[in-house]
Amino acid sequence: MRSRGLFSRCALILGLVFLYVPILSMIIFSFNNSRLVTVWDAAHSPTLKWYVALAANEQVLRAAWLSIRIALVASTGAVILGTLAGVALARFGAFRGRLLLAGMTTAPIVMPEVITGLSLLLLFVALQQLIGWPRGVGAVTIALSHITFCMAYVTVVVQSRLVGMDVSLEEAAMDLGARPGRVFFRITLPLILPAIASGWLLAFTLSWDDLVITQFVAGPGSSTLPMVIFSKVRFGVTPDINALATILVLIVATGIAGSTVWMRYQQRRRERDVLLAAAANL
Amino acid sequence: MPRIPQLSGRRVVAGIPILWLLVLFLIPFLIVFRISFSEVRLAIPPYTPLFTWHHGSPSLQLHWSSYAFLFTDSLYVSSYVYSLKVAAVSTLCCLLIGYPMAYAIARAAPASRSVLLMLIVLPFWTSFLLRVYAWIGLLKNNGVINNVLLWLGVIHHPLVLLQTDFAVYIGIVYSYLPFMILPLYANLEKHDGALLEAAADLGARPMRAFLRITLPQSLAGILAGSLLVFIPAVGEYVIPTLLGRPDQLMIGRVLSDEFFENRDWPVASAVAILVLLLLVIPIMWFQRLERRELEAK
Repeated sequence: MRSRGLFSRCALILGLVFLYVPILSMIIFSFNNSRLVTVWDAAHSPTLKWYVALAANEQVLRAAWLSIRIALVASTGAVILGTLAGVALARFGAFRGRLLLAGMTTAPIVMPEVITGLSLLLLFVALQQLIGWPRGVGAVTIALSHITFCMAYVTVVVQSRLVGMDVSLEEAAMDLGARPGRVFFRITLPLILPAIASGWLLAFTLSWDDLVITQFVAGPGSSTLPMVIFSKVRFGVTPDINALATILVLIVATGIAGSTVWMRYQQRRRERDVLLAAAANL
Repeated sequence: MPRIPQLSGRRVVAGIPILWLLVLFLIPFLIVFRISFSEVRLAIPPYTPLFTWHHGSPSLQLHWSSYAFLFTDSLYVSSYVYSLKVAAVSTLCCLLIGYPMAYAIARAAPASRSVLLMLIVLPFWTSFLLRVYAWIGLLKNNGVINNVLLWLGVIHHPLVLLQTDFAVYIGIVYSYLPFMILPLYANLEKHDGALLEAAADLGARPMRAFLRITLPQSLAGILAGSLLVFIPAVGEYVIPTLLGRPDQLMIGRVLSDEFFENRDWPVASAVAILVLLLLVIPIMWFQRLERRELEAK
């Protein structure tokens, strides 16, 4: 028993090292003076020159701004559609189209991205021929595609939260005569808000990060940040990308740490409220 | 009377996502299927129509040439086989690395579990592309790994690590490891420790108890994690393009090159359809596991 616990614990530590060494090396070398990226120039490092270069790179800044706007639209759209699908799958029992909906919300999660990207572009081309819309590909087609693959993840998050949740509160509200819409907005929605929030964050990250699908449905002049990064790193390592990676890692790490602390706080407050309510009833 | 608005409200709630996915997920596949039976032509769009009109009546034009082309050119067959091999080996490596990690997390104290899980998921929230790119800097001839090994005196000439199969395996395992660990953890966490204690009381060695109790009980988690790694890995594009061999392409890259470089939409579509045919069984298997997981709670 002891020895196996030791083995799996060592594996866990080594695995975590494996996960973090590449990220740490990017952060370290973002402060390196040398153009050779992986050769540490001790005489002139650490330096912030790649951060300065990045701040002056208009192509990167424009792409980042486009990516942010697309991710905001896509994650919001995905949350609305994904919540509807999650509610339907978790609360409506058996209905016509249920199997279809369940299949269409799990398949995009594993579908190879090249296939999704190709099929979406061919759809947009066919639509343009049939009804004249969308006119060419660009930010609009990227956002539509991102909504589609992100909503699958939101659906799974919302659905599993709803399935794991007690229905008695909703039933009580309905027994008291509340209409289904009112039950949803007053009872269900506040209860699943954490799941919706994490679904939104997940969708935002997936959209912000997507390269392969975007490459298919993007047009000239609509290069997102991953597309710019990919075209740069395809032909070798460039130090300003290390700086960009460091900034992104910092943003994500603070965001995750902040939301974890906040959720802990919320949970503790809820537990305290429950205790207080129980004490008041005594 | 209040039942009628409720029913139609439900219809709207379920109908909107179904309609959206029909138009943007299912119909696109039908279009890919249809274009795979066309021939390439110099026009907009660059493929022949499925129906042509002869004396006022439509006649169906099915071209098998794209499929015939794929099966006669050894480049395509070898990319298919290579993609399957890479995905299978990477999935196995993910399982061998991920299982002990998930096991250790599931056995850790409840307070540290959430921190450990966060550490597993955190890299996933940072850019996938940048994490793959980080490995270029590590694996290059004058990269970090070679420099460290040279400095330690383990090797005297830099090893060729980048643009090899090894680099692709590393890249896929690195990027997909959280997808293996999370379903395994979800499964292992639910296990009842009493069974292992009972086995130990009855004299079973830890290894035997693990093989007879823990492993069989975690099969569903192993399957879900493996499918979650294997299916997308078959069509992986970014990792082999950045880290892999230039002389042996994976099928995702072939599809993308046919589309963007050769502008041959019918052949690209036929490649997509054949990849889907390969993956349809694993995908349906995954869906069944997922449904059971989501509905059995």
